[in-house]
Amino acid sequence: MSLETFIDLTFTGLVVGAIYGLFALGYTLVYGVLRLINFAHSEVFMWGSFAAVWVMMLLGGRTGMGVLPAIGLLLVALVAAMLVSGGVALVVERLAYRRLRAKNAPPLVALISAIGMSFVLSEVMGLRDRIAGWVGLREPLAPYVEKARENVSFVNPLQSVTLFSISGFQVRSTQVIVLVAAIVMMVGLDQFVRRSRLGRGVRAVSQDPEAAALMGVDKNRVIQLTFLLGGLMAGAAAVLYLMHIGVTKFNVGFILGIKAFTAAVLGGIGNIRGALLGGLVLGLAENYGSNIFGSNWKDVVSFLLLVLVLLFRPTGILGESLGKARA
Amino acid sequence: MPELTTDDTSTGAPREFGPPLLSMEAVTLRFGGVVALNDVSFDIRQGEILGLIGPNGAGKTTCFNALTGVYQPTSGQVVFDGRPLGNRKRYQINRLGIARTFQNIRLFQNMTARENVLVGADSHHRAGVVNSLFRLPLHRRETADGNRLADELLDLMDLGHRSEDLARNLSYGEQRRLEIARALATKPKLLCLDEPAAGFNPVEKQRLMDLIRRVRDLGNTVLLIEHDMRLVMGVTDRIVVLEFGKKIADGLPSEIRNDPAVIAAYLGVDDETDEEETP
Amino acid sequence: MSTSATSARPTRPARRGLGDRWAALPKPAKIVVWVLVALLVYALPLLNPPILSTPDSDFGSVMFTVASYALVALGLNIVLGYAGLLDLGYVGFYAIGAYTVAVFGSLHGKVPFVLLIVLAVCISTASGLLLGAPTLRVRGDYLAIVTLGFGEIVRLVFLNTEWLNAARGITNVPRPPSLDLFDVPQLQWSGFTATVDLGTQSTFLKFGLLDGIPYYWLALTVIIVVLVADVLLQASRVGRAWEATREDEEAAELNGVPTFRYKLLAFAMGAFIGGLSGALYAARTGVVNPETFIIQLSMLFLAAVVIGGQGNRWGVLLGAVVVAYLPERFREFAEFRVLAFGLLLLALANFRPQGLLPPRRARRAKAAAQELEELEHSGAASGDTKEGGIRA
Repeated sequence: MSLETFIDLTFTGLVVGAIYGLFALGYTLVYGVLRLINFAHSEVFMWGSFAAVWVMMLLGGRTGMGVLPAIGLLLVALVAAMLVSGGVALVVERLAYRRLRAKNAPPLVALISAIGMSFVLSEVMGLRDRIAGWVGLREPLAPYVEKARENVSFVNPLQSVTLFSISGFQVRSTQVIVLVAAIVMMVGLDQFVRRSRLGRGVRAVSQDPEAAALMGVDKNRVIQLTFLLGGLMAGAAAVLYLMHIGVTKFNVGFILGIKAFTAAVLGGIGNIRGALLGGLVLGLAENYGSNIFGSNWKDVVSFLLLVLVLLFRPTGILGESLGKARA
Repeated sequence: MPELTTDDTSTGAPREFGPPLLSMEAVTLRFGGVVALNDVSFDIRQGEILGLIGPNGAGKTTCFNALTGVYQPTSGQVVFDGRPLGNRKRYQINRLGIARTFQNIRLFQNMTARENVLVGADSHHRAGVVNSLFRLPLHRRETADGNRLADELLDLMDLGHRSEDLARNLSYGEQRRLEIARALATKPKLLCLDEPAAGFNPVEKQRLMDLIRRVRDLGNTVLLIEHDMRLVMGVTDRIVVLEFGKKIADGLPSEIRNDPAVIAAYLGVDDETDEEETP
Repeated sequence: MSTSATSARPTRPARRGLGDRWAALPKPAKIVVWVLVALLVYALPLLNPPILSTPDSDFGSVMFTVASYALVALGLNIVLGYAGLLDLGYVGFYAIGAYTVAVFGSLHGKVPFVLLIVLAVCISTASGLLLGAPTLRVRGDYLAIVTLGFGEIVRLVFLNTEWLNAARGITNVPRPPSLDLFDVPQLQWSGFTATVDLGTQSTFLKFGLLDGIPYYWLALTVIIVVLVADVLLQASRVGRAWEATREDEEAAELNGVPTFRYKLLAFAMGAFIGGLSGALYAARTGVVNPETFIIQLSMLFLAAVVIGGQGNRWGVLLGAVVVAYLPERFREFAEFRVLAFGLLLLALANFRPQGLLPPRRARRAKAAAQELEELEHSGAASGDTKEGGIRA
């Protein structure tokens, strides 16, 4: 492996890994508070990606715009994706979890409920042409709903330029933006959970729901907040993913969701900083692995990593906890 | 099973007991920085009813968990029937001959009373997939034996009329007794009861004392953790007292009653506190 | 202490449902009924009953699909319904069974069919043991994700291994040996009058390309064998151990149940049946392709078990029929089937987690709880307090 390839693999691995980490936050937050795997989180991401694509189409984003309008458009797309993902995450909480929580249902039932929710969310997107047809909007919405089961491209209005190069490897602006944005978002979330009053509530519930309730923390509000935060981050991850990869699809969430979950487990599920670390490690492992075994085996590498981590260190690299380590 | 001898007046006179069945040998258990058990040693002798008492948080249940293999001692060892428990798995410890009930009832709620007891009886059965699939003689013999044992134990525990009801539909007292029946079905040498009278009224307690004696008279050794001093004093042959993870006394009920250390430990604790532990 | 409980025991109301009357039948009568039902089910694709029959696709082939889903559901039911292990990668075993038949029967060997089936179940069972031995120690929800990963890995390995023909898949998978004994005519319906259609005949046990009926008969026979084994096993020490483990693993362990061993057993038996079903699938279609074994198939299998009622063998059979048959019967809605199952899973988890046809225990428990509730109400009305010992 040449030095150039190595740097290439490392850098793109970090970029993809940061996206995984951002996506993984939703799994980690919800697991920290509810001790449940939110299987439908993958579709929260997918809906955010479509929101970004549609907003960009609506606002007429195209390559070769001026830099400032392009950045403006991207920011609008980012906000739209975060809002849609946050909203979908709240819907997931409301429809798939709240009733079961009230009944104290076993975790497997909650998992099945989330699997059902995940089917519904991805199929509604995959059948959007049909559904638009039922309400007579298929014609007017044609550019948005046609070819519902195929890849949809995201137009990135911001042209990617080479910033500098390290021993032959060219560092592109988009990659740097994605990496920096993902890390900034994560640090922001970490600080929010650590320092704000709402964040304290999240930590309190995750450490001892009973005691938190006795101290006057509204558990339902905290849980909604957790889903919302996870959703917002997934929406942001979706936009960064689109900037990096360029296409999305109604079932894009499935594989990516498993990878983000792997990232969460790798770093220690329930641990916010662990999600970032897990994401980066996974991104690197995937890239190095695909270089060694061939790119076809990329997904096998990440699945194997997941299985191995669950078997040998189920608490992950940093251990399970939201905020602080628990005994 | 031998004839039941309901010997209700046997509490007073000291009885003769066999060699130690189980020995706690300098057992220490730490969780992180907390020392839950500190160098605890005592024996349980064959055929006796040993009471394990102590104020809240004294380490009774921890001690119980150490000797049923739920926790591994940090140092020291538990020797049962001449063999150290070591790092045997929990089901293997059960098969050595230690059975237990739980402070908060843990029955198989969606199985019938009979099935609960049968699960216990199955611990000394051997029929596997092949025997079960082809209904070979071993399966048939064990099924018949298991059901006979279940009938006997359910009758012993006054549950004969409830055998086909789901465990969850039994009353609280019935569930407690079903747990004892399930534990007995594993044919233990040592039966460990973790606060079996929690939540019982005086009449029920009296009947429970009779039951425990009957179980002992059938040849079992019994370890009893109990809060209710009257029950412990009335039914046990010997008592071990724990406080803050340490053994502070070990002797006949009459001796324990007058032991200054025990009185000090229990000072301010009413004899009648028979309620469940409050956090 | 039990007196009040005893006296509170009601005289059961004289409610004689179908179940009671069935239970009262003498054993020979029951056997006769069972045999008649089985014969009817065998004959279904020949009878082509008007409402049941699928207008858009060959009814015999549809019935084979239904039967293979039913077989898979029975296997997954042992894992999920009996032992309580959520396996999201069940398709992996199905794929391994199918590929074993294809690889050793066509691509890299000419092993005789019966041996192929034996080989298929051996390899899938072994893979179940290999996967289960390390993973069954992890927490339940982690197990779900590990198995999900396993299912994907199996597909990706098939997709990327040149020795297994990679994405091209394998063709010319051997069919079961034919007997060619006699022809059986089918019924043809116009409205509700039937005529014997001598034009389309099914040759008794000719395993060809077009006629799905012999495959259906084969699969149905396997199902009956598995069902009988399932009944025998559930009502045995093994079944009790599974149930106890599912109810309370620690209590089971402390009462002498080697829970890990029984979980592994359930996992292996599930893999066995999954592999068998995959092998039959490969033999029927004659082709295997990695794209057949996508993880969504696992989800459909799961849907069959959960919809029908995990833990009840008749429930999961019903679930398999719902999942496999309805989309074929109502072809116009086929593209909505995943959406429909998603909605159904969501609704069932929230409103009826025990499934359409819950296990007898759950029903018994519910009936008993209702009874108790009624008693409590009437008791409260007459000022009769519950016994003193009750404390939640």
